[in-house]
Amino acid sequence: MQIELRILRFDPEKDTRPHVETYQVEAGPMDRVLDLLHKVKFEQDGTLTFRRSCAHGVCGSDAMLINGRNRLACKIRVDQLGGRKITVAPLPGLPVMKDLVVDMDAFFAKFRSVQPYLQNDEPEPERERRQSTADRAKFDDTTKCILCASCTSSCPSFWAQPDYVGPAAIVNAHRFIFDSRDDAAEVRLEILADRDGVWRCRTIFNCTDACPRGIHITQAILEVSSAIVRRHA
Amino acid sequence: MIRDHDALIVGAGGAGLWAALELAKAGVDSAVITKLYPTRSHTGAAQGGVCAALGNQEEDSWEWHMFDTIKGGDYLVDQDAAEVLAREAIETVIELEHMGLPFNRTPDGRIDQRRFGGHTRNYGEGPVKRACFAADRTGHMILQTLYQQCLKHGVKFYDEYHVVDLVTEGGDLGSGGRAAGVVAYRIADGELVVLRSKAVLLATGGFGRMFRVTSNAWSLTGDGASLAYRHGVPLEDMEFYQFHPTGIVGIGILLSEAARGEGAYLLDNDGFRFMERYAPKLMELAPRDMVSRAIVQEIRAGRGIDGKDYVYLDVRHLGRKVIDEKLPDITDFVRVYQGIEPYTDPIPIQPTAHYAMGGVPTNLLTQVTRDAANTVVPGLYAAGEVACVSVHGANRLGTNSLVDLLVFGRRAGRQMAVDLAGVAMPTVDTSVIEPVRAEIEGIRSREGGERAAGIRRDLADVMMDEVGVYRDETALTRARDGVAALKARYANVGVHDKGAVFNTDLLEARELGYLLDCAETTVAAALGRKESRGAHSREDFPDRDDVNFLAHSLATKGESGVELAYKPVTITRFQPKPRVY
Repeated sequence: MQIELRILRFDPEKDTRPHVETYQVEAGPMDRVLDLLHKVKFEQDGTLTFRRSCAHGVCGSDAMLINGRNRLACKIRVDQLGGRKITVAPLPGLPVMKDLVVDMDAFFAKFRSVQPYLQNDEPEPERERRQSTADRAKFDDTTKCILCASCTSSCPSFWAQPDYVGPAAIVNAHRFIFDSRDDAAEVRLEILADRDGVWRCRTIFNCTDACPRGIHITQAILEVSSAIVRRHA
Repeated sequence: MIRDHDALIVGAGGAGLWAALELAKAGVDSAVITKLYPTRSHTGAAQGGVCAALGNQEEDSWEWHMFDTIKGGDYLVDQDAAEVLAREAIETVIELEHMGLPFNRTPDGRIDQRRFGGHTRNYGEGPVKRACFAADRTGHMILQTLYQQCLKHGVKFYDEYHVVDLVTEGGDLGSGGRAAGVVAYRIADGELVVLRSKAVLLATGGFGRMFRVTSNAWSLTGDGASLAYRHGVPLEDMEFYQFHPTGIVGIGILLSEAARGEGAYLLDNDGFRFMERYAPKLMELAPRDMVSRAIVQEIRAGRGIDGKDYVYLDVRHLGRKVIDEKLPDITDFVRVYQGIEPYTDPIPIQPTAHYAMGGVPTNLLTQVTRDAANTVVPGLYAAGEVACVSVHGANRLGTNSLVDLLVFGRRAGRQMAVDLAGVAMPTVDTSVIEPVRAEIEGIRSREGGERAAGIRRDLADVMMDEVGVYRDETALTRARDGVAALKARYANVGVHDKGAVFNTDLLEARELGYLLDCAETTVAAALGRKESRGAHSREDFPDRDDVNFLAHSLATKGESGVELAYKPVTITRFQPKPRVY
């Protein structure tokens, strides 16, 4: 079938403001939006610019706004979007470098700010540290994050307050706060108790809806904020 | 612009990140250069597990792992390297756990382990539980964990810098010169930067994108292998390219061997577990080359599903609990990319181009070597898929890619830190940019040139159709001529995008140049090897020939094309035997 693909484009070397360009692309129902973008780039217009790498939803490169929702272009099929018109734009709330490519530096800086690495100063045992399956399950969900920024850039609180650390950083903090092998939960809870931390979350659930890995993000944020409350109680 | 670092790491997958971590711990001024963000690297796509003879589930030993690796590689493995791999697998996996990797656990809290193809107890008696795993996202957790530790240790990253040339001093790398850094292209604005260093690690991964159906990311274009080759380093064992048996039909996305490790079946059109015809002892857990050949044989015999070019992977009998807890990602892929529910329906699969056993030759210390006498190239190192140590020989066992990049990535960082002592910073200046600047500007400014996409598509077709699971002289000759014609077309490659900012049109054109080098050497080495061994299966030479070909190939860039030479295989404990499973 013929798809009308409307892409919000911006070339800082030529344009003063973004504009929509429309392409006609032949597609099957099982094609993904990334396939359509490739058809445009390879067959019609090589200047169309986007990031992508693994093309099956695990590297996190090609998050973008597709028909008004943040998704990975490689993980959403034409038939799931239902209809012959598809609109594509860069992730909202992040500076656009060119076409569908956004500047991720601030996003990764927020990720780094929550100390997203295991901290444990005790001497390492000769073999693995033991961890029960129940303890392992407490943070299983948040280990799935691929740092695609779909969640953070879908969050109205982040749009309103760009200093908000955002759901992705909280997810990655959660992954360590609830890991029985980690000793720095207090430090991270202190960081996230800041005015730009978890309290900016208004439980709008956009992040959870946007996550291509199906992480229960709002739940994770609530678990972190509950831990902060318990700590002060 | 020139910047200096004592050590440079090209590529931010598992090998590069672990090397960076070692260098940071040793206090060496080093930096990682990646054309992506580090967490986008393809290590993150690895699924099923990483083998180490921990013996957490049942008796195991590193000697058995070593033997399986050698036999799996059809005796082309360098056995001293396999010993390093199997021994150090244990300590690297334990170290990863200490770094925080969230492995699945046994009921008593230890690292859980499961079966994987070709990994056996007591030298081939039957399958053994050796693969340590984090659900079916083991690679994702390795990549994340190593990146997290790099952040903790303050590793310097050049994100979205594309390495476009190697810098040498005192001659080219094939003739006594040393590695002196790289030229990198900053993707954000197109600026070319000279990064000088005393040591350079190539950790750029593979080149599966030269095939049409592949599990590999778009970024896997053989950059490191090609750049080494252009500077005079031979490429080793390029004819050995692994086709993974279970890719999603048509698009090649990988469905992990872990499915079969957990007990999944392979079925023909009659619902028969056809591996009984090929490997009655290990069945679905035979090594990948044998399973891929079996699938092709079944399809040729008309037993593909409805007579078509695929068979079924069946996980239905595993039950929802096992599927959800141990195989969640791959069953999600099946739902998204095939529209099939694996709880209730069998999954159509076919072999997919997956992994390069060959690559840049190195010794056990990850130092790159440049000839049959294993003469070391000063200052140049390689680890992970881009390298050929050789631990995989003619066919890699499942999970050993991760073992390889962990063990030898760690070794690379440690060795570079040692070798740097007393070495002076190279004195090259910005003039080293000029050759690659001229090439890039030539592509950018060419009017009416042919776009890269069409050439790349034709390359992927010729490699898939002529250099696939089975090969012969006629097909390989067609491939040689075909690739030569594509190289001629590539000389006239042009781009639509003439800009400086985030010009992926331009970078994809250059990546195609790398792929063409990898394809050309693959075909030449495949033509030269007139035997069948591991993943290299010649229908005109169906038997293994240890008299003439128990040797590694070396493909060197010559005046008039690829020149082939051979070097002996290191055999320590296990004499070559017929390979039966």
